[in-house]
Amino acid sequence: MNMKSLAALLSMVTIGLSAVPFVAQAQTVKIDGSSTVFPITEAVAEEFQIQKRGKIHVTVGIAGTGGGFKKFCAGTTDISNASRPILAAEMQLCKDAGIKYIELPIAYDALTVAVNPKATWVDQITVAELKKMWEPAAQGSIKTWNQVNAKWPKQPLNLFGPGTDSGTFDYFTEAVNGKAKSSRGDFTASEDDNVLVQGVTQNPNALAYFGYAYYSANASKMKALKVVNSAGQAVAPGDASVLDGSYNPLARPLFIYVNADSLKKPEVKEFVDFFLNNAPTLVKEVKYVPLAPAAYQFAKEHVKNGKLGTVFGGSPKVGLKVEDLLKMEAKQ
Amino acid sequence: MSDTHTSSQGANKLVAEVAMQSLRRHKLIDQFFVIVGLTILFASLLTLALLFTDLVRDGAPRFGWDFFTHFPSRNAERAGILSAWVGTSLVMLVTVCVAMPIGVAAAVYLEEYAPKNWFTAIIEINVTNLAGVPSIIYGLLALGLFVYKLNLGQSIASAGLTLALLILPIVIVASREAIRAVPRNIREAAYALGATRWEVTAHHVVPYSSGGILTGLIIGLSRAIGETAPIITIGALAFIAFLPTSPVTSDFPYVSFTWLSDPFTVMPIQMFNWVSRPDTAFQVNAAAAGAILLAMTLLMNGIAIYVRYRFRKKINW
Repeated sequence: MNMKSLAALLSMVTIGLSAVPFVAQAQTVKIDGSSTVFPITEAVAEEFQIQKRGKIHVTVGIAGTGGGFKKFCAGTTDISNASRPILAAEMQLCKDAGIKYIELPIAYDALTVAVNPKATWVDQITVAELKKMWEPAAQGSIKTWNQVNAKWPKQPLNLFGPGTDSGTFDYFTEAVNGKAKSSRGDFTASEDDNVLVQGVTQNPNALAYFGYAYYSANASKMKALKVVNSAGQAVAPGDASVLDGSYNPLARPLFIYVNADSLKKPEVKEFVDFFLNNAPTLVKEVKYVPLAPAAYQFAKEHVKNGKLGTVFGGSPKVGLKVEDLLKMEAKQ
Repeated sequence: MSDTHTSSQGANKLVAEVAMQSLRRHKLIDQFFVIVGLTILFASLLTLALLFTDLVRDGAPRFGWDFFTHFPSRNAERAGILSAWVGTSLVMLVTVCVAMPIGVAAAVYLEEYAPKNWFTAIIEINVTNLAGVPSIIYGLLALGLFVYKLNLGQSIASAGLTLALLILPIVIVASREAIRAVPRNIREAAYALGATRWEVTAHHVVPYSSGGILTGLIIGLSRAIGETAPIITIGALAFIAFLPTSPVTSDFPYVSFTWLSDPFTVMPIQMFNWVSRPDTAFQVNAAAAGAILLAMTLLMNGIAIYVRYRFRKKINW
């Protein structure tokens, strides 16, 4: 082995890396969790670090809502991104580890049911019809559109949905089938929502559901179905219908969970304050729906008063407005 | 008499004809195989070339100095791969520093020192089998061992050690092949002059086989550089807008190892993150990052070929 050339190579690499600007050791805010919430937290983290000029570091991971809570309840992260409320099992995990937390809704997402523009037979859909398509009993038996609604043609029904690890899957199954994670298994599943988008844009018989941001980025290539809400009106997903609560039950709040002990650290407190103050503009920028201004005000008060626990009691509730959520009693 | 003569002549002719026919058929099979082989070769090369040009074309708007010197951002045009390529380089540095000495030492032991018995046979079979273990398994092992047991955390050190583990079988197998290729009589000559086994190994066998060893190492690294699954398992991050602490400091002793425990991201994860974004502008970033990752891998393979060529030229026996 030519040791000299190896040593030369190693020293070259070292010198090359040292040319990278020197960064002083800084405090770090550690965040992990949902990939749906990721674009929002990323935007906030980016702006926050620009403002702090590198004095505070923020890291954001995409372990998924469930994976995020695992780390959060082990005490390795300060904040957890979640596209659904914390579940009973996760509450127990946190309790056992002595981790207390504050639950903060930070934005809305509208789960969008989309079809190919060539599917002229369908413009709106009821929750009952969605259930007929997606419930576990549909597996292997519901294969054509006319089996769901007799007015629709006898054409194959090709379903696309997110993978079972995603919070989107959890919420949709809860809202449509009445039980989180209960769904038929014979659909094309992908953790990458762009695969679902492609499925819908290329296949005239396809139906898929995903976050609103994926629809609005590709709105010209697909059609979002109006969903018949609890009042019997067919409502299209959008900022206004999400904010006034008429797009139900598929509008869902997105959350961050903040470790109460971490919140005592000034850098975490500063970051959370910055998050809530800048959320209205940044959430819009990354194509999600911001909460009403009053809701952010409520959230800020929760941070100030240290309101611990979750208002959901371990099972997701569907179709609630954030203003109501914030007023509810919390459990730990 | 003449009858039998002609008939035997006829038989000879027949035999000759049958032989010719069989020969022709075999030649045809020969040619057929050449054509099939070439077609398959070109098909795979063409796929790679198409993939690469497609990535370069899609990512073209992003290529530029800024892409390398900017951190990730919510704005696709501003987003760059600074934290990703620095992270990848540092992780690879750890991987080389761990995998090379251990891999070469293991190969030298197995080839030069180990007695041939059932125990070494089991080791050999296991090393070969390890090369085929899915990388996610290494990730899970590393999560338990490095991240939690050894308490290294979700750091550059954990990632480097994981990838070192992943490519060790490749390095060991390649190094053994290289060591085995050193002719027996060189060892015998050295022994005849009174050299110890260590001297034979250190002065002759390892230097002569270093071309092959380096090639194996670099091929291992080209595999490691694209690995995503084990790195995600041990907790690489998707958004990180600062660099690890510099390995060289302005104070005594001028070298710092705190970067080993810093959080990090790597190229494939940055790419994966961009691919799954709703905003289609990020697909351009993903393509550009993919092209750069592919170029890094090709460059490393190119270095492997060059190194082998250089070492081959130096050796005359």
